[in-house]
Amino acid sequence: MTRSGAGPTLVLVLAVAVLVGCGVILLLERSLTRILLGVVMLGNGVNLLILLGGRSGGAPIVGTGPVERMSDPLPQAMVLTSIVITFGFTAFLLAVAYRSWYLSGDDEVPDDLEDRQIIRQAGRNEAGAVDFGGEGPNGDPEQVDPEPARRRLRHGDES
Amino acid sequence: MRTLVPLPVVVPLLGAALTLLLAGKPRIQRAISVLCLSGTLTVAVLLLVQAYRHGPVVVAVGGWPAPVGIVLVADQLAALMLVVSSAVTLCVLLYSIGQGQSDTSESSPVSIFHPTYLVLTAGVTNAFLAGDLFNLFVGFEILLAASFVLITLGGTETRIRTGSTYVVVSILSSMIFLTSVGLVYAATGTLNLAQLAQRLDDLPDGVRLALELMLLLAFAIKAAVFPLSAWLPDSYPTAPAPVTAVFAGLLTKVGVYAIIRTETLLFPGGRAHILLMVVAGLTMVIGILGAVAQSDLKRLFSFTLVSHIGYMIFGVALSTAAGLAGAIFYVVHHITIQTTLFLVAGLVEERAGSTDLRRIGGLARVAPLLGVLFFIPAMNLAGVPPFSGFLGKLGLLQAGVAAGGPLPGVLVAAGTLTSLLTLYVASRVWNIAFWRAPRLATSEPVVQLPRLMVGATVALVALGLALTVLAGPLFDVTADAAADLRLRTPYVRAVLPGGVP
Repeated sequence: MTRSGAGPTLVLVLAVAVLVGCGVILLLERSLTRILLGVVMLGNGVNLLILLGGRSGGAPIVGTGPVERMSDPLPQAMVLTSIVITFGFTAFLLAVAYRSWYLSGDDEVPDDLEDRQIIRQAGRNEAGAVDFGGEGPNGDPEQVDPEPARRRLRHGDES
Repeated sequence: MRTLVPLPVVVPLLGAALTLLLAGKPRIQRAISVLCLSGTLTVAVLLLVQAYRHGPVVVAVGGWPAPVGIVLVADQLAALMLVVSSAVTLCVLLYSIGQGQSDTSESSPVSIFHPTYLVLTAGVTNAFLAGDLFNLFVGFEILLAASFVLITLGGTETRIRTGSTYVVVSILSSMIFLTSVGLVYAATGTLNLAQLAQRLDDLPDGVRLALELMLLLAFAIKAAVFPLSAWLPDSYPTAPAPVTAVFAGLLTKVGVYAIIRTETLLFPGGRAHILLMVVAGLTMVIGILGAVAQSDLKRLFSFTLVSHIGYMIFGVALSTAAGLAGAIFYVVHHITIQTTLFLVAGLVEERAGSTDLRRIGGLARVAPLLGVLFFIPAMNLAGVPPFSGFLGKLGLLQAGVAAGGPLPGVLVAAGTLTSLLTLYVASRVWNIAFWRAPRLATSEPVVQLPRLMVGATVALVALGLALTVLAGPLFDVTADAAADLRLRTPYVRAVLPGGVP
């Protein structure tokens, strides 16, 4: 992985493995708080992994030492960008988790409504009645009256 | 001409800053957004003409020459995608402005809508123009961050519920993309796409395949290819209509665009094409079977969206010039048509108060124009001749037959079946929502659809018809783009005129 001097330390590789592993396990949870922790760990693991991709060595400033002993500056620049991006995403996910807790009392990610409905129908072995819509106005037992149009009165309309 | 290349990214970003500053003045805000996107569209058309006549337009941002600095490249594929995406975003913007003016809008776009929407556009254009793997990643992140805000707009309970799925899945796919960027750099020491094209060829087969699969995995999540598509029908339908429309039209296609780049420029002739073909077939069939089972208009369209991604992946997986040309044509067609259908679903919601097929009926009688606006793109999507959907599918199926072999044969059959089932789904919606007798129990006066909303939808339907009429010249452009993509040398030579270092 490196061509000169200090290779990637085993500690760093292990840190990546542990962070990514724990992150993935946490991501598989249902609660958004745990998913958030998973995203943080996974993100940091991936950032460390990028750092491992370049040569390690001295500070990459011309004049401070021989060029072949310098570290590769590009992964460090990329890591800076990706740290910012991970940070922003973490903040947004935190906001979503908080909003979810605020609105529904917990921060679990529930199953999709329609999916559950279709599973129920399949369990009872029925087809959607919507396909049997008849011709007349009352031909379809499931057709519901359209909701009254949502109207918002404009200023001045009252008079 | 070179100075034009960064404009599609810079102009929307500047517009986003301006509209954010002018949050209190909606009228100026709207004017700025419309101006920015019209400007982007003009620049995109100019770039396409230039790329078609004289080859890729390259600009080194920051002045450093290619392998060191970051380049933006507008080759024919990128320029074509730019033109379509900016035309579609402009129409959707006009639609959303119209929705904001309507009497009934429960979701009148808040002041944050315009800046976020412009940032989303900048992300999309940046992803198309990126000549650098990391810049492509940044483009994806820009559009994702903006899409997070748009999909949870208003912060209601449903939107947070569905938005959280979307956010988590998108973050996961970004992580996979980032990991593969890191690994590609570790393996080759560069991220410039043109230079990667050379260096990846020299890698051992196993490493190459691993990198290719990592990138494909990340892009396939974004493009909603079958085993990785379950997030899409859950999360798209609850967002406001214009947001869903632009997401459905563009965001998945950015993933498809990235897959096309990966498969042509970075890993041509890789071993992944059999895998791609299998998932393409599964995406088509399973997606459309999902659409058959749905009873909500927006969810139904989300499933047809997933299903028709399969056609594009099929074209890419064929890895022949004809297949690639068909796939690019299909991307252009599908961006337009799928966006139109979601806009029509928004109009239906505005008019009938719901998109649930159990609730609506008889719209063709009470709103004939709406019926026409639905019918044309729906038939176009299903691939009824003479529309562009038919031409695109025909091109792809012909390429599949020409490729020969059992697997392409199976895919041609799957494609035909999907097309027929799409026709079934479209006519089912037509029968239930538009044709059956209406129940007019309410005495409420009917809702007048805002003219701007209808106008924007009409414009997109007209664009879809224009794609049909101009299919010949368009196919010339896509065939040319596909030939260039297969050759790779035009791209590499334009980016690195002094040869590969």
